[in-house]
Amino acid sequence: MGKVLAMDSFLNRYKNILVLVGVLVAQIVGLAAQIRRPNPAGPDGSSVRLIRSWAVGLISPPEKALHGMGRGVRGLWSNYLDLRHVRQQNQDLRSQVGRLQLEQAALLEDARQGQRLQQLLAFREHYIYNTVPAQVIGTSGTDQSRVLYIDKGTKNGLKPDMAVITPDGIVGKLKDVFWDTAQVLEISDQTSGAGVVLESTRLRGVLRGNALGQPQVINLLPDERIKPGERVITSGGDQIYPRGLPVGEVDHVAPDPQNPGYINIVIKPAANLGRLEEVLIITKTDADLPAKAQQDMAQSAAVASTQRAADILAQRLPGTDPAKAPVPGQAAATAEEIPAAVKAPPARHTDRYSPDATPPAADLTPGKPFAPPSPRPLPPGVFPRSSPATASAPSGNSATATKPEKPVPVPGAAVRPKSSSPPSGAASESPSTSGSGVTETTPPKPPNKPATKPASKPANPPPTPPADTKDETVPALEPTHPTPDGNAAEPPQ
Amino acid sequence: MAMLASAARRELDVQRYPWVVVLLAPLLAIFLQAYVPRYVPKFDILDLPLLVAIYFSVGWRNPIAGTLGGALIGLVQDALTNRPLGINGISKCVVGFFAASLGVKIDVENPGTRLLMNFAFTLLNIAIYLFIMHRLLALGLKTNWVHEAIKAVINSIVGVFVFDLLDRLKHRE
Repeated sequence: MGKVLAMDSFLNRYKNILVLVGVLVAQIVGLAAQIRRPNPAGPDGSSVRLIRSWAVGLISPPEKALHGMGRGVRGLWSNYLDLRHVRQQNQDLRSQVGRLQLEQAALLEDARQGQRLQQLLAFREHYIYNTVPAQVIGTSGTDQSRVLYIDKGTKNGLKPDMAVITPDGIVGKLKDVFWDTAQVLEISDQTSGAGVVLESTRLRGVLRGNALGQPQVINLLPDERIKPGERVITSGGDQIYPRGLPVGEVDHVAPDPQNPGYINIVIKPAANLGRLEEVLIITKTDADLPAKAQQDMAQSAAVASTQRAADILAQRLPGTDPAKAPVPGQAAATAEEIPAAVKAPPARHTDRYSPDATPPAADLTPGKPFAPPSPRPLPPGVFPRSSPATASAPSGNSATATKPEKPVPVPGAAVRPKSSSPPSGAASESPSTSGSGVTETTPPKPPNKPATKPASKPANPPPTPPADTKDETVPALEPTHPTPDGNAAEPPQ
Repeated sequence: MAMLASAARRELDVQRYPWVVVLLAPLLAIFLQAYVPRYVPKFDILDLPLLVAIYFSVGWRNPIAGTLGGALIGLVQDALTNRPLGINGISKCVVGFFAASLGVKIDVENPGTRLLMNFAFTLLNIAIYLFIMHRLLALGLKTNWVHEAIKAVINSIVGVFVFDLLDRLKHRE
């Protein structure tokens, strides 16, 4: 009886401490059970998932309701009340679509070349085939965990480890997916990881968040070529993010405090991770482009070839349609209406591989660096005649001019081009982006230009005029011979 | 006799709140903590659930209630993150216990006291949290100590206003 009373007194006296210890022990055991799973970074166990599901189910309905109300108010304002600049925006967008179609057509040839090279290497590119748009409804609420919640879940076909992107760049990947919500682990979280590559230096690394919530490429060897502003894209090596998606740009380089001799590259993310409204979840990638994207490209190629033909005709025969002849006062307006064509970037290396670009070995002096001879200026009134050899010489415009005519891709055909533009809002139907390769083989602009130019030369010559055969050069880029009446004549043969 | 008198005085000082407030205030704090950073990213430097846990623990003056309340609030917070469940649960249950123990002994109605108390408990919460992350779980995550210190200062200042707001919701007798 005395022992019972003593025990009762002990419990009464230390019940607060005992409860605290009991709760602590229970939680520590729970933590240990979660950590000792075979794959702690993988999906949670069923009991933990159940608790998370309860918590999310408790918090997400009011978040969705508030978010829906906010969207309703904003939609009412932007769709019915604030329509002041809609016509101008529509006009701008139409102009932009036209320009993008031309750009896409201009990049088709490079893409086909890349495709052929990939086939040679037995490499299969994967393109974004299908995406699901979702609204961001909440966060984790703590700066120790960079997590977002979206309003789509398993009922919309989402699964863990799917990539989450915006038109600007990647956001993160799905971690826990519930019935109608999902948790997005941002690239700025310390437990995230993504394979990335620096666009120009081609340095590869792993992207991970730091203590301040900034994404950084970790454990790299110092390299002087790394400069702020360099673009960073996904490498595709992580099997989550398709290759070539924009990640951000280099903000600064910092030494790795834990690994002396190594550096971390802090990245300024391309997507505004702090103010995300809508994101896209990549639910399917495929080796072929979606049919709609192929139709878009076929349309772009058709538009580009039509415009090129019209430009060539106008350049050759500027006096045939006086109504369309450029008037000095309307030059600025015309230049604005015509979408800017894609200009080939200058070459980084001297062309030493094209036929006739280098002299015979007997003419070279051992030890003396080779300087390509500058072409002799032609006397006035004499115009060079194009030939396959001259067409392949370094020339800014001839690079595109000597390309064979681009066949119009047929929807359904296996055309898998790449685009250097970031994925747009229609990323579900656009190819994955890639910023590599194509710029390095483009020859520079010619050192001297023809003495005279046709008076009716369009403001933006088309990048790729049509040609019937592979070896045929493009007459549109040859200087035409002006006649006294102002019309251009055929160049001397 | 002295113990009975002390217990009676403590019972008299215990704050009483409508059950709706007790239920909804932590939920609202967790909701705001999860929702507002979407629009104000810097809001996540605050820890509203911690402030609510401290407030109710101090007001109830019951260490068991403070422990359980803090653990529950922390577990719900953990469930919304990608970290293992229990990190916030452990840190907040310890904070709740000490806040309730402190509430028995000192006057917690004074704003200056509240400021210091919030600062100390926020630091304690951060210390326990980081101890669990680095020592118990060995997650290898990096910590910016200046950021954590700023966090404690901001929490202590905001806590004074949050406490004042919650004071208006308690029963008046």
